Amino acid sequence: MPEIIKRNKALSVNPLKSSQTIGAALATLGFYRSIPMFHGSQGCTAFGKVFFVRHFREPIPLQTTAMDQISTVMGSDKNIIEGLHTICEKFKPSLIILPTTGLSETQGCDVKSAVTDFRKAYPQHHVVPVVPVSTPDYAGCLESGFAAATAAVIEALVPPADEAGTVPGRQARQVNVLVGSSLTPGDIETLKEMLEAFHLQPVIVPDLSDALDGHLSSEDFTPLTMGGTPVPLLRSLGDAVATLVIGRSMHKTADLLKQRTGVPDYRFDHLMTLEMVDDLLGTLSRLYAVPVPARFERQRAQLQDAMLDCHFMLGMKKIAIAADPDLLNALSHLMNGMGAEVVAAVASSHAPVLKQVASQKIKLGDLEDLEKLAAEGEAQLVIGNSHAVASAKRLGLPVLRAGFPQYDYLGGYQRRWIGYQGIRQTLFDLANIFLSHSHAKVIPYRSIYSQKHDHYSEEAGYVPATALENRRM
Amino acid sequence: MKQKEIAALLNEPACKHNKKSKSGCARPKPGATAGGCAFDGAQIALLPIADAAHIVHGSIACAGSSWDNRGTRSSGPALYRIGMTTDLTEQDVIMGRGEKRLFHSIKQAIDTYHPAAVFVYNTCVPALIGDDIEAVCKAADGRWGVPVVPVDAAGFYGTKNLGNRIAGETMVKYVIGSREPDPIPAEAERDGIQVHDINLIGEYNIAGELWHMLPLFDELGLRVLCTLSGDARYHEVQSMHRAEVNMMVCSKAMINVARKLQEAYGTPWFEGSFYGVTDVSNALREFSRLIDDPDLARRTEKLIAREEQRIHTALAPWRKRLRGKRVLLYTGGVKSWSVISALQDLHMEVVATGTKKSTEEDKARIRELMGEDVNMLEDGNPRALLDLVYEQQVDILIAGGRNMYTALKARLPFLDINQEREFAYAGYQGMLELARQLVLTLESPVWDAARKAAPWDIKAGRTFSAGSTAPVNTTDDAIAVTGEA
Repeated sequence: MPEIIKRNKALSVNPLKSSQTIGAALATLGFYRSIPMFHGSQGCTAFGKVFFVRHFREPIPLQTTAMDQISTVMGSDKNIIEGLHTICEKFKPSLIILPTTGLSETQGCDVKSAVTDFRKAYPQHHVVPVVPVSTPDYAGCLESGFAAATAAVIEALVPPADEAGTVPGRQARQVNVLVGSSLTPGDIETLKEMLEAFHLQPVIVPDLSDALDGHLSSEDFTPLTMGGTPVPLLRSLGDAVATLVIGRSMHKTADLLKQRTGVPDYRFDHLMTLEMVDDLLGTLSRLYAVPVPARFERQRAQLQDAMLDCHFMLGMKKIAIAADPDLLNALSHLMNGMGAEVVAAVASSHAPVLKQVASQKIKLGDLEDLEKLAAEGEAQLVIGNSHAVASAKRLGLPVLRAGFPQYDYLGGYQRRWIGYQGIRQTLFDLANIFLSHSHAKVIPYRSIYSQKHDHYSEEAGYVPATALENRRM
Repeated sequence: MKQKEIAALLNEPACKHNKKSKSGCARPKPGATAGGCAFDGAQIALLPIADAAHIVHGSIACAGSSWDNRGTRSSGPALYRIGMTTDLTEQDVIMGRGEKRLFHSIKQAIDTYHPAAVFVYNTCVPALIGDDIEAVCKAADGRWGVPVVPVDAAGFYGTKNLGNRIAGETMVKYVIGSREPDPIPAEAERDGIQVHDINLIGEYNIAGELWHMLPLFDELGLRVLCTLSGDARYHEVQSMHRAEVNMMVCSKAMINVARKLQEAYGTPWFEGSFYGVTDVSNALREFSRLIDDPDLARRTEKLIAREEQRIHTALAPWRKRLRGKRVLLYTGGVKSWSVISALQDLHMEVVATGTKKSTEEDKARIRELMGEDVNMLEDGNPRALLDLVYEQQVDILIAGGRNMYTALKARLPFLDINQEREFAYAGYQGMLELARQLVLTLESPVWDAARKAAPWDIKAGRTFSAGSTAPVNTTDDAIAVTGEA
């Protein structure tokens, strides 16, 4: 079990962490025709919006209660009520999620009672579900906020089985999937394709692949999410044969769903190693009494082959990773399984899954910590978000982008990390990075007696000036 | 090139096996031949000369599929990595315009890249249609004042080995002896150290491994006039005739160069290897023995003692991990014995070695190292290799890159030892890299993952089993696989 080193300095330099509030917004974006409204100052929302717009390169619906000086001191319930009314009036959304911020939490706002007041004041909006969720940014990180928001949605919109009239297994092909924030929209697509290959009907909660996969829609503008899990579908989660849970950050959320519906769940910390994907497919095959489709056998064999091809480049490599806990865990096992060593592991905040990470120690910290640990551990590659690119540059190391945000890179949101094919592509990419950033190279040595008249130049390419000096004596 | 000249090259008096069978230079057998042609051999041998323009005169296949694919490195110019070919067209062939195109190609290379020299490699098509590349080169040389060297080694002349010899022969004929060495730089003179000049023939500076050796030579006061041809410059090759000793490094390929230099200039030569602690030390000793400088001998022993102690300490933890691991070595020529010594230095067990390109003398050395009843592999087809792997419970296959995927498909750890490799294994320091790479693949977790059956298959009893005789190559692994059933 790794040693977990808590934060031990006052200043966070080059932060790794994104707020819980942001995480709650991300979860919201995975429900169809929904919108998050941050209860906080308008800056909380503006920053969040830019964060997601740059990452996904998509318009992002995000609203704010716009707390000002007066409402902050005198009470902000009115802002909530007014904000909810405005959104309902203008957009008629299927779901509003109301995440709190550091500001409103510190203020001590009772969001639930404000929502009750809103219902009384505007009964005409009763059809619009409003789900408050407590996500102060002084605790947790994006990952925990995502899980908390998903749990709040389940709490509000998935009634107990007897009330909803659901029976586990009634829909013989239905499978619920609770996905954590470490999965990209591309990953979720992968997962859906896998499930559909077993002829199952997946209900993904929340389904970012339907909303933020970067597609052009027939509508020119919508102030709400363009896709995602349809809210009415949540009532029927209790009819599934099973719930798959991807990411340990979703365990509490899964506990709640199981308690509500009685549907048994099957939990996977990640799907970034051969073993975990094996486990998933084996589980599906068993549960639904369907043989594993032949295409996966082939993909599995392809992955095994790629592992062998890539281990020459990845074996004994020293890796530095900075990420939210679930992603850190997944990546550490991916690298470990190739014979690489995670010499620097930095998590944005504490989580139970950190105990599973394949590394000697884990620092809860920032990218400055990552830089320091990577230098100490003589890391050869950095895996992290776009902010880690600058760290890697200072370290003189190549970088693989993973996690949030990826603002200097296109298609990061669409990258498929999971499943046999996703793992295979990641291995190729990693191996290629090492091929083009070879560290094992011998430094050219010039003999003191050398007859060579040219000067050392990098082998980067042909330099005519050098050749000029080499003309015949 | 005339048949007579080819025959003369195949007749190499310096080869001990020359009087009996010419197994090292045997004719290729149709339908059962692997390995390169004479063009391949000649190009490999000379391409590392870094400041020369290397023009392949021929249609595209020759250069097109072979340029810039070796791991050889330069400390200076990178001109050798620029692929150049006359890329003959159908019209050139039919209309006999090859010579003209070549002439203009040489001009273009000189104008654009200002090379120290131009090497022109002949290939099958122009050889067949009768392009006189020697005449073209001579004309071009006179015209632009840059040496233009014809390397007449069309593929059909013979094997890669013959190509190596043609390359060596060309250097002797056109280049070596055309310039005197530079004076020794004043700042490099040290009190009490007499500088001696040496050549390393057949050292290609793969992955920069020559740079593991050069500091040692500097320390001893041995000036390397030229390495033929790793990280070489044209003018260094010109001065090779002034060496006091020539070392044939790990290769019989250019043995004719050493012999001819001995005949013409009386330079003694020896054959050695820079792979393995023992062999590196032996090579250093051999220099001082042939130079016959007692002070050099004393300093050499001191250096060897120091370096051996250092490297043995550094290797200790690796040896623990490698001890007793069983190796199947499948590589040609001199490497068949030089690498054995390196592996034995790491306390590994070599269970068999390939001898396809080895000479009788190479085989004698193998017997010296591994005993009389050594398992020598003449035929290296993948099936035979794998059968031996299972039979001998081999842990790792060490061979050239083209055998790599045979090994990997059989879920067998593998180490690439040929010219395309990226790691420097020569010298004392290279042993550490070799050990590290061996451990990297042997201890990699990917083997278990690759041999592991899918969980839904285990019930059905479908697991990967390698070969018909032994299930998987080590017992531990076999238990790991079946243990999950």
